Amino acid sequence: MNAALAFDLLLIAALVWSAARALTVADLFRGVVLFIVFGLLMALAWARLGAPDIALAEAAIGAGLTGALLLDAVGHLRAKRAPDA
Amino acid sequence: MSVGLLYALAGAALFAIGLAGLLALPHLLRKILAFNILGSGAFLILVGLGQRDGSVDPVPQAMVLTGIVVAIAATALALALARQLLERTGRMRLPEDRDDAEVDDA
Amino acid sequence: MKHALPALIVALAALLGVALAAALLDLPPHAVRLPGDVAANLAASGVAHPITAVLLNFRGYDTLLEIAVLLLALFGVLALVKPHAATPAVPAHPLLQTLAKLLAPLMVLVAGYLLWVGAIAPGGAFQAGAVLAAAGVLLRLAGLLPAWAAPGLLLRAGLALGLLVFVAVAVAVLGHATLLTYPPALAGGLILLIEAALTLSIGLTLAALYLASTEVRP
Repeated sequence: MNAALAFDLLLIAALVWSAARALTVADLFRGVVLFIVFGLLMALAWARLGAPDIALAEAAIGAGLTGALLLDAVGHLRAKRAPDA
Repeated sequence: MSVGLLYALAGAALFAIGLAGLLALPHLLRKILAFNILGSGAFLILVGLGQRDGSVDPVPQAMVLTGIVVAIAATALALALARQLLERTGRMRLPEDRDDAEVDDA
Repeated sequence: MKHALPALIVALAALLGVALAAALLDLPPHAVRLPGDVAANLAASGVAHPITAVLLNFRGYDTLLEIAVLLLALFGVLALVKPHAATPAVPAHPLLQTLAKLLAPLMVLVAGYLLWVGAIAPGGAFQAGAVLAAAGVLLRLAGLLPAWAAPGLLLRAGLALGLLVFVAVAVAVLGHATLLTYPPALAGGLILLIEAALTLSIGLTLAALYLASTEVRP
């Protein structure tokens, strides 16, 4: 087991773990933050696969813009839950 | 086992996780998160499988680039529809998935 | 019984994952070798980066349809927004405002660089458009940009420009060849033209998807 394989296994474990936790954690805000983390780890995975174009697009669009949209939706949901807060 | 095949297997795991989340979770925002994870798993399989002999293949990479843009377009539309449902009914679940005992959605 | 259904779904999804992994491990070697074909035709494509060549030349039709899909999603989001006066921007902390004013022009510069370098290195229209959209989101969060409930004429022109330029170039070659076959001498310039229009449109569309989402009303 050389260093590259160890890194790959660690990255894949982190990907699967953050994806599973993003869906099962009780607080929705934490779920979205975990999803953004998942997106950034995916960018690392694309870099490992020799796809820098996809890594750029995943970090900017997949993690960044999708994360912004989801956080906005979570904020909307919270504002609706507590309208006088 | 090459790098491509390893990440393709990771993509299979993510696909299963995303599919389970999409079908089993009633909350609409979580369904959208699961849909995105499903898509990322499919993209990993697409690129990893094409590169399983160690070479760098630009054609599946271009397809995944297209797929990422289409995924955010679908996510934005799905979020707008979910927020519309929230404004009209006050709940982030479809009527058939609602359990009146559950109140806390966030 | 009600709690058994999610467990059953998870079990079936796990079974699917295992079956998929088994199928992935069992594949024979490649039957079709595309990287060789791409490398052989790269010189005639007009750019030096294989992914840009595949996206804008060899599989240009896919990209054309993708831009149309992105625009359609924006139409869907705008259809859910009731036309009314847009929510005025709430100015944020002065430090954030100053930072946004400093960063936004730099982000436009980075977008321009990514667009230009896409012909020879990783980059291109999608990444540049995403950085532009991020600049728009940053300006919105700093309170310097109001939300868009009903885009004006100039904005609509910008949103449609990418698709229109792409279709115009695709159709312009119909006189003496099939759709989207660029003349090899002009291919580099045409690809740059299409990518520039695409960058503007993608940046505006992605930013509009974020900005209009905040205005969703019944």
